[in-house]
Amino acid sequence: MSGLTVRDLRVVFDGFVAVDGVDLEVPAGDVRFVIGPNGAGKTTLIDAITGLVRATGSVTFDDHALLGRKVHRIARLGVGRTFQTAAVFEELTVLQNLDIAAGWSRHPLSLLRARGQVPSSVAEALTTVGLSAVRDELAGTLAHGQKQWLEIGMLLVQDAKLLLLDEPVAGMSQSERDATGDLLGRLAADRTVLVIEHDMDFLRRFARTVTVMHAGKVLSEGTVAEVQADPRVQEVYLGHAPSASEVA
Amino acid sequence: MTAVASPPVAPPIKPSRKRTGWKTAAGFASGAVALFALAPAALDDFRLGLLAKYLCLAIIAVGIGLAWGRGGMLTLGQGVFFGLGGYAMAMHLKLADAGAGNLPDFMQLYGQLDALPWWWRPFANPVFALVATVALPMLVALLLGQLIFRRRVRGAYFAILSQALAAAMAIFLVGQQGTTGGTNGLTDIQGFFGYDLNDPVNRKMIYFIIAGALLLMLAVAWQLMRSRYGELLVAVRDAEERVRFLGYDPANVKLVAYVVAAGMAGLAGALFVPAVGIISPALVGVVPSIEFVVGVAVGGRASLIGPALGAVAVAWARTALSERVPSAWTYFEGLLFILPIVFLPGGLASLPRLLRKARK
Repeated sequence: MSGLTVRDLRVVFDGFVAVDGVDLEVPAGDVRFVIGPNGAGKTTLIDAITGLVRATGSVTFDDHALLGRKVHRIARLGVGRTFQTAAVFEELTVLQNLDIAAGWSRHPLSLLRARGQVPSSVAEALTTVGLSAVRDELAGTLAHGQKQWLEIGMLLVQDAKLLLLDEPVAGMSQSERDATGDLLGRLAADRTVLVIEHDMDFLRRFARTVTVMHAGKVLSEGTVAEVQADPRVQEVYLGHAPSASEVA
Repeated sequence: MTAVASPPVAPPIKPSRKRTGWKTAAGFASGAVALFALAPAALDDFRLGLLAKYLCLAIIAVGIGLAWGRGGMLTLGQGVFFGLGGYAMAMHLKLADAGAGNLPDFMQLYGQLDALPWWWRPFANPVFALVATVALPMLVALLLGQLIFRRRVRGAYFAILSQALAAAMAIFLVGQQGTTGGTNGLTDIQGFFGYDLNDPVNRKMIYFIIAGALLLMLAVAWQLMRSRYGELLVAVRDAEERVRFLGYDPANVKLVAYVVAAGMAGLAGALFVPAVGIISPALVGVVPSIEFVVGVAVGGRASLIGPALGAVAVAWARTALSERVPSAWTYFEGLLFILPIVFLPGGLASLPRLLRKARK
């Protein structure tokens, strides 16, 4: 069974149940959007999958059980993520950021040498995310949207097969959003993509499937149209049953 | 953001790297000229001896620059490793001074022992002792580091822990008077592998060995800083958790810098002994450990040459000031630690860049 499978996932913080028995099936090649009100447990879901927080239940990706493994071990199984606030190494250049992301499998002794050439995967990612021109700039000096692209670029060179993106287009301009959406669609060809997003316009255009979370549980799941039509979704989002256009 | 049909050919590294290479080579060359030609010509034997001592501190500082400046580990306890290296060397030299089969002078004096303790015996072998001066601190750092970094002890907790270790080391040494010389330490060292340390020519040779060792350690640090490992170390310093998500275990990354810094401190301790003729608990405890860090802060912890220059400058200022107003030094030293951290976080090494910026 390829793709991501989550079964009865529970995350409890000091008695507060952040994720409460979530089941999720994201087949390879899917672009799944996870939406839900604040506090629904979306980011915690990603934290649990990537090993950042303790969870019970089971998470499998490409036949590997993920729960209980350390963060860096999970990353080595091809699970990559981005963060709500872009987390790049600000004191390093764009090139150095990407080179580090490409490198965990390098032999430790080879790390003692300086980089002679730009690895081809890094050069490719630079072009793909459009950062070739700022290759030698410090990542800290990049614009917000560029930082997020850099993070996506890092996922690419990391060769992640499961991409977990936490609000990747927050703060981006419309054209940047379009470009990001297109990129996600292309990436999904040989990967599994899970996106947490609040931007409903972005979701309508680029989601293939949608999971709606509320209070730590999965509320609804399906295509964009199916989810939009679900009265329970309209209920949690607006507290009443509005017209479909208002919801999504 | 455009799709790429075929992977583009990797462009060559910017030509600027070649220029930096030149600069580095020129830097090392002028450092060598200053240490090997200018200093011996300009300084009398006494001052050159002092400089030898300062250069030992500079070697420790290079390691601290790596661990603290690049790795974010505020090593407030380098005295432990300095002491291990220093005692390893001093034990051998004391045994050599005493001659085969004899106890070192202080053991005879205290009269508690009839025979050499078992853990002193291997140090009679010069090769073992020389290797131990660097390998022993590195081994201890490896074991400590495993415990510390796997448990994710960092920041202020790491600093306090390393300082406590320095205190423990000094207290332990004081307590073992019969076998370590206690508060006095190991003193009155006469020879260095057959060379009489009272002979000025041999003392000059020691100075040259120390200067060479410093340049070598700078070269090691330079290579580590420019390597992929060096980039990774900075990444771990700035965002340790982020690095995990890229498949690295940051504990291993930090461990390497910590162990290398410990090895440098051990080497410095080993060279300090023939240069100064003594190693004692007062030289390895909390206060000297903090002083090692002060020089690094003043010089600029994240730069290559800053820590070494800062260590020499602070040690020199200490001597100069103590000679004139002995009571003022402590206050001055406190200021030296605080001022750069508050007003000049990049240390003296960042001044040229700041001045260039200000002129623009």
